[in-house]
Amino acid sequence: MQTSPKRHTDREYEAELQQVRERLLVMGGRVEEMIGNAVRAVGERDAGLARATIDLDHKVNRAEMEVDELCLRILARRQPMASDLRFLTLALKMVTDLERIGDLAVNICERAIDLRSETRLEGLDTLERMATVVQGMVRDAIDAFVHNDAERAQQVIDRDDEVDELYHVYFRDVLAVMVVGADNVERGVHVQSVAKWLERIGDHATNLAEIVIFMVKGKDVRHAGKLDP
Amino acid sequence: MNAPEATGRFEADEVDAWFGTKQVLRKVNLLIPERRITAVIGPSGCGKSTFIRCLNRMHELVPGARITGRIRLDGENIYAPEVDPVLLRRRVGMVFQKPNPFPTMSIRDNVLSGLRLTGALDRSRAEAIAEQALRGAALWDEVKDRLGEPGIGLSGGQQQRLCIARTLAVSPEVVLMDEPCSALDPIATARIEDLLSELKARYTIVIVTHNMQQAARVSDRTAFFLTGELIEVAETDTLFTSPTDRRTEDYITGKFG
Ligand SMILES: Nc1ncnc2c1ncn2[C@@H]1O[C@H](COP(=O)(O)OP(=O)(O)OP(=O)(O)O)[C@@H](O)[C@H]1O
Ligand SMILES: [Mg+2]
Repeated sequence: MQTSPKRHTDREYEAELQQVRERLLVMGGRVEEMIGNAVRAVGERDAGLARATIDLDHKVNRAEMEVDELCLRILARRQPMASDLRFLTLALKMVTDLERIGDLAVNICERAIDLRSETRLEGLDTLERMATVVQGMVRDAIDAFVHNDAERAQQVIDRDDEVDELYHVYFRDVLAVMVVGADNVERGVHVQSVAKWLERIGDHATNLAEIVIFMVKGKDVRHAGKLDP
Repeated sequence: MNAPEATGRFEADEVDAWFGTKQVLRKVNLLIPERRITAVIGPSGCGKSTFIRCLNRMHELVPGARITGRIRLDGENIYAPEVDPVLLRRRVGMVFQKPNPFPTMSIRDNVLSGLRLTGALDRSRAEAIAEQALRGAALWDEVKDRLGEPGIGLSGGQQQRLCIARTLAVSPEVVLMDEPCSALDPIATARIEDLLSELKARYTIVIVTHNMQQAARVSDRTAFFLTGELIEVAETDTLFTSPTDRRTEDYITGKFG
């Protein structure tokens, strides 16, 4: 359920927290864009797009540092309590996951460069499907974070199953192709890595969503396996 | 001496309190565990001072003031007819917002004043008690060479520790503190807070404070009051990270109105 929180009496404080929310949204948007570009670069064997996307990662790293700094300054000056305290300490965790997602997108871009002269790739549609799902997961996790929306976060967690399933099927299919011809092995290993990293991005998005649930409910759902219905 | 089972555990049960016709506490149910620090927080006028003054029967000293409900200390009703409020106040000592040493008395006599009220004291025993109480209040090293000088000559922070020593000298089970640091600078405050964590090995402590960070730093449990009601009580770590009541949340995060 989405709650409409009361405002802080101290308006400057309110504005500082808002700034953290906005920065996170921007950072989330960048990371999401990187995932989309990375998979497109693989699909179109577009080394130029891959390189441009790798460059985008600097911005993500800088955004991480900015959010860190902002959070630390608020922690030091305002000594936040309760939901504010959870919001800020968890924002610090969120940026770490986002930064890792950015790194994984960079890995995928590097593979796109390795694959640039391949004429065809196995199961591209599966990779694209995975990318679409994990992009949506990242977007919704960040949205859930800034809107205190635990339900939305739970849906993100639930979607991770599909990603895992796609990955396992894809891994098997590519393996089957590799088994029939030695020529296919190098290409197969590369595309399997791409799928693996997309699956890891899904895991990070799941972390993000678990953080949101903790923030909203004050209850830690990490390491608990599946949530109770 | 306190009985061996006397540990300083309070149970307040459906406590209502009035000043004349004005009700200032409503159905307060609160357990204060022994040998732990309980912080009482809440906006001005919510009844924090009134509540802790009910615990040592100081509330009834105000003309027209009244209380109903039950308050038990170590299982005994402190409002039972046979309870002598003066003796109760030795078991349940109080330290106030403004340090209030007796101006005409020496440091030593200030510490011993509570005991003197209750009868004669031989000299060597008096010295031993004074030293023990001053050590307990972490003041001994600073004043041991000038015990005969006036208490009023100490700094504010030292005066507050002197008042704590005066409270400890009568061997209470419980020490109530009503904003004990609000007149002190951060260093004196840190010394008192440090002292509190030592004292809780032997005493139950209830501290009223407007400083949320102080409550978070020093207490084991925190009780939040609002307009005469106890809204929420929990382990301090829980209350300041994940309170369950929306009103607690709004208060501690600084959202009013
Ligand atoms: N002697 C008195 N006579 C009448 N009303 C009183 C008296 N003392 C306090 N009150 C009223 O009782 C209510 C509770 O007061 P209390 O002193 O317990 O609040 P408090 O939480 O300690 O506030 P503060 O944080 O300002 O010390 C307030 O509305 C106050 O105005
Ligand atoms: Mg008061």
